[in-house]
Amino acid sequence: MPDGQAFLEVKDLKIHFPTDDGVVRSVDGLTFKLERGKTLGIVGESGSGKSVTSLGIRGIYNHRNSKISGEIWLDGKEIVSASQDDVRKLRGNQMAMIFQDPLSAMHPYYTVGHQIVEAYRVHHNVSKKVARKHAVDMLGRVGIPQPDRRVDDYPHQFSGGMRQRAMIAMALVNDPQLLIADEPTTALDVTVQAQIMDLMHDLQAEFNSALIVITHDLGVVAELADDVLVMYGGRCIEYASAATIFERPEHPYTWGLLGSMPRMDRPVQERLVPIAGSPPSLINLPKGCAFSPRCVYEERTGGLGTTVAPELTRAGGTNHLVRCHLPTEERQRLWVEEVKPKLEA
Amino acid sequence: MRKSRALVAGAAALALTLSAAACGGSDDKGSDNSGGAKPEFNAALTQVFNPSDKKGGTIRLANSGDWDTLDPGETYYGYSWNFLRLYGRGLLMFKPVPGAEGNTVTPDLAEGLGTPSDGGKTWTYKIRKGVKFEDGTEVTSKDVKYAVLRSIDKETFPNGPAYFEGFLNLPEGYKGPYKSKGVNTDSAITTPDDQTIVFHLKQAFGGFDYFAALPQTVPVPEAKDTGAKYKEHVVSTGPYKFETNELGKSFKLVRNDKWDAATDPNRKALPDAYEVQLNVNADDIDNRLLSGDLDVDVVGTGVQPATLGRVVGDPTLKASTDNPTLARLWYTSINPTVAPLDNVDCRKAIEYAADKVGYQTAYGGPLAGGDITGTILPPMIPGYEKFDLYPSADGTGDVAKAKEHLAACGQPNGFETNIAYRAERPKEKATAEALQQSLARVGIKLTLKPFPQGDYFSQYAGNPPYVKNNKLGLNLNGWGADWNDGFGFLSQIVDSRVIRETGGSSNTSVRIPEVDQLLDKASSETDAAKRDAYWAQIDKRVMEEAVILPGVTAKSLLIRPKTLSNVFVSDAYNMYDYLSLGVA
Amino acid sequence: MITYIIRRLFAAVVLLFIISAATFGIFYLIPRLVGATPETLATRYVGRAATPETVHLIAEKLGFYDPLWLQYGRWVKAIFTGADYNLGATVEHCPAPCFGYSFITKQPVWPELIDRLPVTLSLAVGAAILWLVLGLSIGTLSALRRGSFLDRAAMTFSLAGVSMPIFFTGMVSLLVFSYTLDWTAPGGSYTPFTESPSEWAYALLLPWLVLALQFSAQYARLTRAGMLETMGEDYIRTARAKGLKERDVNVKHGLRAALTPILTIFGLDFGLLLGGAVLTEQVFSLPGLGKYAVDAITNNDLPKVLGVTLMAAFFVVVANLIVDLLYAVVDPRVRLG
Repeated sequence: MPDGQAFLEVKDLKIHFPTDDGVVRSVDGLTFKLERGKTLGIVGESGSGKSVTSLGIRGIYNHRNSKISGEIWLDGKEIVSASQDDVRKLRGNQMAMIFQDPLSAMHPYYTVGHQIVEAYRVHHNVSKKVARKHAVDMLGRVGIPQPDRRVDDYPHQFSGGMRQRAMIAMALVNDPQLLIADEPTTALDVTVQAQIMDLMHDLQAEFNSALIVITHDLGVVAELADDVLVMYGGRCIEYASAATIFERPEHPYTWGLLGSMPRMDRPVQERLVPIAGSPPSLINLPKGCAFSPRCVYEERTGGLGTTVAPELTRAGGTNHLVRCHLPTEERQRLWVEEVKPKLEA
Repeated sequence: MRKSRALVAGAAALALTLSAAACGGSDDKGSDNSGGAKPEFNAALTQVFNPSDKKGGTIRLANSGDWDTLDPGETYYGYSWNFLRLYGRGLLMFKPVPGAEGNTVTPDLAEGLGTPSDGGKTWTYKIRKGVKFEDGTEVTSKDVKYAVLRSIDKETFPNGPAYFEGFLNLPEGYKGPYKSKGVNTDSAITTPDDQTIVFHLKQAFGGFDYFAALPQTVPVPEAKDTGAKYKEHVVSTGPYKFETNELGKSFKLVRNDKWDAATDPNRKALPDAYEVQLNVNADDIDNRLLSGDLDVDVVGTGVQPATLGRVVGDPTLKASTDNPTLARLWYTSINPTVAPLDNVDCRKAIEYAADKVGYQTAYGGPLAGGDITGTILPPMIPGYEKFDLYPSADGTGDVAKAKEHLAACGQPNGFETNIAYRAERPKEKATAEALQQSLARVGIKLTLKPFPQGDYFSQYAGNPPYVKNNKLGLNLNGWGADWNDGFGFLSQIVDSRVIRETGGSSNTSVRIPEVDQLLDKASSETDAAKRDAYWAQIDKRVMEEAVILPGVTAKSLLIRPKTLSNVFVSDAYNMYDYLSLGVA
Repeated sequence: MITYIIRRLFAAVVLLFIISAATFGIFYLIPRLVGATPETLATRYVGRAATPETVHLIAEKLGFYDPLWLQYGRWVKAIFTGADYNLGATVEHCPAPCFGYSFITKQPVWPELIDRLPVTLSLAVGAAILWLVLGLSIGTLSALRRGSFLDRAAMTFSLAGVSMPIFFTGMVSLLVFSYTLDWTAPGGSYTPFTESPSEWAYALLLPWLVLALQFSAQYARLTRAGMLETMGEDYIRTARAKGLKERDVNVKHGLRAALTPILTIFGLDFGLLLGGAVLTEQVFSLPGLGKYAVDAITNNDLPKVLGVTLMAAFFVVVANLIVDLLYAVVDPRVRLG
């Protein structure tokens, strides 16, 4: 990064949950940067630590049952060491959140308008009337027709797509510099997904905010992200620009993710190539490379895969990092000769 | 309700530990007892506890149920008759003194006891001059006559005693002054002048003075009579009148300034007021009595089981109680209509085999249950004689004698029969079980037959055809007199003529012509001493026939009010005398 | 909405009639089915000295010889037209609505019910406020500090509160606080609010506490369970993400949602209580509807039993209706129709 600090900078973030069965290392040494106007996609299966990362950045964790270390710098302010109340004041204001299922994420007993007004007034000392005007305005901007009337509707009176728009309106009402979207389109049907992604794209450009999209869906990443961070077992295993991830991915896990991407051009039964095995336990990560039990190329590491934990090292592309024992050349060869043809077949 | 009582018992037992200190340390509240009895167990049984002439204060009473009625023409509870003397003056009353004298009648509104004439068929009373109603009008013999006649209307007063309509020579079909308005009733009661009232009976009755002591002779002014509603505004003739009367909740008596002590030799009228709460939780009453937040449990039947447990285990508490004997017998009828009990020896076998200690235990032991008895009459009835025709060494029965009589009856190995009891009464069930066990010792096998108490006498145990057809050889029974005299106690349970074939009588087993004759002789005898001699004779005769198995004469355990003066048990009512109490 | 209410009210009236007929049947028909005659029914209203003639007279006077439907019809008719009762020297008119007339106390039942209602109302309202405040706050704190000492202590307390019957807690607390420490009023005290608010509160304090103890225990458990559930909801996460203060998250978003099911239970509990807090009124000898019912049953006073049963049923039915209406207000997803 040129000169000084990035807008968002996460350094060696660790979030551990001590339990009776052992320590759950949900996030275990995560480092990345993000500038305003840019979008980072964090990709991984459930349990990979991507959502906990989002909690960590937003400072929502219970000090009594979790341990957090490392640094999170947001626009020059450190969050890990800041007081709970200071972080709370940032939440919803400088950093906002868009959730997966807007029906359950919005309070069923309050009107959409009330919830947007509430979000606004937490951080702005204005009258309800002013806040309401602002809410109507926001609803209009996210494409809700007749916002002055719909503002008094309850969430259940909205369609799925409209609810997500309203959710986005609520997130953007305070003009946040950082927007975190956790599976923003998963609960929506395909056509609405596209609309919402377009909307997010446009709004990000308009507000010039930094956007983190957390998803297991590489399709969303392809649509929105500039950079992609692939998480596995609480760690980053591959980091690259979106173009690199889709054109020259180097980690066997990323290949698996690409293989499991739904594609319109294939019959349903062939479309998904799931990665064999299941995500690792965050209490007892496999010895060596966390991905080794599921990795088809494990025997090529000459035993390293099950004994030594690989480091995150530079890979083929610019700003491209991969956590894998296989040499870069072999990874590139495998991708070109074996994996890519299979995916495109 | 029954279940919750038992649980409350447990609760109170637990609470005991919490409050033991408070109860134990409350003796300092007792005032000096100079000249009176010491505060010990039964201190107020035969003498005045805490005598005093101090006036003023309010006596607080509570009733766990509703008052049956405050109308003197209809009320039919001993406690109510005891209490009623505060606001009503009948012709005669029971003497408010401790000991056996308290069971004698004494003039109240009348100047003297009744004068019998015509061999006891006519009774004349002279009424005192100067006795006034609370509104100031003078009481005349006509008010007494009206009061008696109105009480005869059983459609209006279905709960009241029925002695007057049974004995007075009323015109045929007379239904009381409401329905038989204007009917001449001189055949029954005449009032030659305002101070004289004469009762004319159908047949001679020697004990009429007891009738004259009934609250039904308390005068009622016709102009103020509202029939069944009169109970809400009873017009007082006593030293107290009603200030408030909230039905089902409470009422308050305050001084009646029209009452003249000069006309009244019996009443001291010490306190300024009486406050009575109705429908108060029975266990709460006991706790308040013990803590001094309440003076008297007006019903006077004794403490609840939970409290009994506390008192038995605590000498300090026991010292503040009295344990009077009641004129109530718990007994078992032995029905000679059911074979083989038609044979007197089979009946005697039961008398001998029965375990009376078990009977007593079933009723709650010596303190709350009562005393084991061999007689039908309780001891406070004038003329009572103590005897036991079927004695056993320790009261648990004489098995050998029982077997002898079984042999004589031709059933040497015993026989089978049924025993009836009221299903709602656990004590009767326990008694039936105790009898079942003790009779089994001689081979008499009892089968328990519970019946609903509402229909117990009308349809089952008191219904002669039912008893016979269903072989109810034994049935549990209890009897209390309306007043403590032989006639009141015996007439309903040993006279064969009260047995109705359609059911409803307490007597089912006693059908002895000789006893009927003795009862007639006794009731027409106007000489009290001669009359009383008959009662023991009847008692013995019935016991010879072995048609009644006496169990226990009931007792109650009363908490003596520590804040009151002049406390004593009335032998007439077998509870504290409410007329004499004062605030210490 | 209006038509819904009207329809529900109409259904409520019909239901009350069904209840009245059923109650009537229980007390008048079932005894007959098991063999009771008009005379045996009448023995409840006569004294122990009553002759068969008296019993017959009373059975006739009370109409026990008439067919049951006629007796019930007479009862229903009196509600609308009133009825006259011969008291011997006088005749009493029981004006409409004449919900029965007690032949034992010689009183129309309706004015007595109206007279008893304020006692029960005072008891129920006071206790309800106490138990809601106690139960909700204990339950909320327990849920938020789940597993803490406070939580465990509160839940132990509430288990004890739920399992200890009122006649136990009532008797013990009377013994301790009224008779030993002399802090609270003895049993049987009641002063109407209109006479003296302070004495009213003094007399009711212990009954309130005892009744509230039982209920607050229950409500604490309910609230805790409800809060634990709602605090895991997505919208709580949203509320936090908005930067709301934790207290607002807990109360405005968490408790608000957790309250809805509690509201239903509260409505029913409260409705039941208005029909008479039987045990509490019995233990403390409070002259409310519950005590009235107990006394009526003890004395076999059927018109009173019938009246108070209907009154209780009325409150339950109305409480149900109000709960349903409130539910629509509280939870906008519910639409009445």
